[in-house]
Amino acid sequence: MFKPFNKTRFMAQAEVSIKPTEDQGGHGHPDKWKWYDYFTFNVDHKVIGIQYLVTSFLFYLVGGFMAVLMRTELATPDSDFLSPELYNAFLTNHGTIMIFLWIVPAAIGGFGNFLIPLMIGARDMAFPKLNAIAFWLNPPAGALLAASFFFGGGAQSGWTSYPPLSEITANLPQTLWCLALIMVGTSSILGSVNFLVTIWKMRVPSMKWDQMPLFCWAMVATSILALFATPVLAAAMVLLLFDINFGTSFFKPDAGGNVVVYQHLFWFYSHPAVYLMILPIFGIMSEVIPVHARKPIFGYKAIAYSSLTICLVGLFVWVHHMFTSGTAPWMRIFFTISTLIVAVPTGVKIFSWVATLWGGKIRYTTAMLFAVGLLSMFVFGGLSGVTLGAAPFDIHVHDTYYVVGHFHYVLFGGSVFGIYSGVYHWFPKITGRMLNETLGKVHFVLTFIGTILTFTPMHQLGMQGMPRRVAMYDPQFADLNQLVTVGAYILAVSVIPFYFNVLWSWRSGKEAGPNPWNALTMEWTTDSPPIIENWEVLPVLTHGPYEYGMDKAVQVGPAGEPTEATQV
Amino acid sequence: MKQIPAPFWTLVLGIAVTLISLWVGQNHNLLPVQASEQAPLVDDLFGVMVTIGTALFIVVQGAIVYSMIRFRRRKGDDTDGPPIEGNLPLEAFWTAIPSIIVVGLGLYSVVVFQEMGGFSPGGHHGHGAMVAMAPQQSVIDVAPLLAQMGLGESADADVYSKTQVYGFGASPLVQMNQPDVTVNVTGMQFAWIFRYPDTGITDGELHIPVGKDVQLKIEAQDVIHSFWVPQFRLKQDALPGEPGELRFVATREGTYPVVCAELCGSYHGAMRTQVIVHSPEDYADWVASRVAEATPTTTVAQPLENPSDAEYLAAVVKDRPFGAIAPDLAKSPVQIAQMDHAQMDHGAFANH
Repeated sequence: MFKPFNKTRFMAQAEVSIKPTEDQGGHGHPDKWKWYDYFTFNVDHKVIGIQYLVTSFLFYLVGGFMAVLMRTELATPDSDFLSPELYNAFLTNHGTIMIFLWIVPAAIGGFGNFLIPLMIGARDMAFPKLNAIAFWLNPPAGALLAASFFFGGGAQSGWTSYPPLSEITANLPQTLWCLALIMVGTSSILGSVNFLVTIWKMRVPSMKWDQMPLFCWAMVATSILALFATPVLAAAMVLLLFDINFGTSFFKPDAGGNVVVYQHLFWFYSHPAVYLMILPIFGIMSEVIPVHARKPIFGYKAIAYSSLTICLVGLFVWVHHMFTSGTAPWMRIFFTISTLIVAVPTGVKIFSWVATLWGGKIRYTTAMLFAVGLLSMFVFGGLSGVTLGAAPFDIHVHDTYYVVGHFHYVLFGGSVFGIYSGVYHWFPKITGRMLNETLGKVHFVLTFIGTILTFTPMHQLGMQGMPRRVAMYDPQFADLNQLVTVGAYILAVSVIPFYFNVLWSWRSGKEAGPNPWNALTMEWTTDSPPIIENWEVLPVLTHGPYEYGMDKAVQVGPAGEPTEATQV
Repeated sequence: MKQIPAPFWTLVLGIAVTLISLWVGQNHNLLPVQASEQAPLVDDLFGVMVTIGTALFIVVQGAIVYSMIRFRRRKGDDTDGPPIEGNLPLEAFWTAIPSIIVVGLGLYSVVVFQEMGGFSPGGHHGHGAMVAMAPQQSVIDVAPLLAQMGLGESADADVYSKTQVYGFGASPLVQMNQPDVTVNVTGMQFAWIFRYPDTGITDGELHIPVGKDVQLKIEAQDVIHSFWVPQFRLKQDALPGEPGELRFVATREGTYPVVCAELCGSYHGAMRTQVIVHSPEDYADWVASRVAEATPTTTVAQPLENPSDAEYLAAVVKDRPFGAIAPDLAKSPVQIAQMDHAQMDHGAFANH
């Protein structure tokens, strides 16, 4: 390998791995990907990131459609719109799709894959083929769930699929459901290994750990958590699959099995799964807020370490989903305390973001509105989460609409707002074009109102006595349920300006240039959309990711001009 | 502009936030009436959490809204904000305060949990024997259990003396006492069956006397159900093969809903019945009338050959107070639940 010795080691690296524009020996790939490349087994991390994002946004519509049908059913107390079986199939698949085929692949697969190499100055992920395999496990998983509706009416035992119900109800769809979850779980494990190795090994040599953008820290925490927890879910799914199809009796009480063991296995994964869905979003928050508030992130280290703390503590709180189940008294107490502790690192993040806003010069971009909206929603969702953590109160509201309200506040008001914020922020980088801000603001206002209207009354319904997962309910709850249904319709309408905006702007939006927000992280030092292999010459880190307002900071130049960071 | 010192405004705001939070904590009216000794304990804990939560909510949302207005970018200003990267004392402060709050809440939760009897499920078994689940051919086949239910008293296996029991047991005050009333509760798709081992009564509704120490022994027959009375603030999953217990004193006469809180199949939402808290005299009358009516063949000892769930239910609830609706039960649990609802007052006093 040719190395010019009059240059630095770093330059040599850059020289060797430079994009082969002058096609040498058949090892060239095109300058730009064609549209059909996005439908192939492509190993470019940016293609994979876009594949994840587009796929997940399609599944978001499917899951949302199910929610609208369920809310229509719940507009009246009687079961008069959907059959109860179909209602249960929708509630099961709404949860499954929204978690495993929408938030997780959008937040981790989509933003993680697109951004991590760009943020750390790498040309791709550490294992590009593994990365492509991880993505291509997702569409078949979705196809299995779709098939489950045609072969037996869909799995009907909830996204938690507790046995014995899951073992005696709709066996074939339940089997397909298990297989789908095993596939997305495998995808998640492969992706996590890739993120960890990439962040560990492939940062530009000039980037120290504490100069990494906080999104990377969040992805480190996310990946560790996924690696510890996901295999346990896979195990639970395999055992359930065997119980249903091959006559084993791991969870069959009448044959010596134990129904509570499944719940432990399931929640050992599925509680950390809520952190899988929110930690990357916290990372997005830490990127979006400083850029649009024009201030350094407040408490970089506190935010980075709080992600790791959440990751660690988050592995020891799963029994709070089982306070009314078969749990011994000491467990109820231990897991009350561990659950409450999670509030501390989460609070640190929230306070740090508020402090980042404080004194800034806040730009009312749609990305920023969604980030601040998230902050506002998450305060409420976090506080209701603390009340749920206390076992004596949880006994009353467990498995009620209070819980449904709480987790939609943190998953919709949190994760989905975060994904929206990330899309408005990085769409210019991903596509090279700006999203329309007016449509964006319409989208934000509708989403904000719809969220409050849909999920706030649910808390009261639960406390008053309405259990979750019911197709028919006590008529005294009709008024609040109608309010919730109106909110859900507003949310359904809110996605129209968004999808239109994305489709229209992708073709005909305003040209973005490399750095439309004047941001300091490394992904903004390359073209929009980035060229294949990301940079002609790898950038050198000359400043931290958040050094806004500092004289010593090298400001990234206006759009189109070469920046300090790329002038090696 | 007149200068009023910042500490003054902080003090005023602090007092205002405190007063508002205390008021909200006392007057949120979000919970249904209290009908058990545990209910006020839970509600007080919730009230404290609402108070603290309201204060934090106002402060943080206030800071967000204030920042969005006060620190918005002005027209033509393309400069950056001040390069503040952190403030250690401030960060220590907002780590320490929530830590203290959650430790306090954790300790308070433990105290409430103990007073509710959370540490002693299965501590005292009473004398009503809960029948062990014998191996069944299939999870949904009720016939073997049905046969055993008739023999309940003589069954030798008492799971409550052998296994870990989950739920809430006697509160510390009554730990040495036997419960006044024991009821065996069985959840099945999609109904609750209440059996009184002392008197042999079987019913589709729960009847209990006010002010007495009641013990429910909770089991499930097919899938997981969850026994919940919102007005009691008590819930315990009915787990196949794992015994559960709720022990409580009802403090308020009336009729309250019994709700299944764990997804148990298509008609989960209709798996509702009611608990009637009687005055001691009314309860005695109810027991007497049920015992007088009962003959060995009409209540429990009907050995149907492989009955369906619905047939089984129709048999056991034939002579319940709303006997007329028992045939309907065989067709539609939804209708039943809705008819029951019409007679329910959700907490307002009702004399049965």
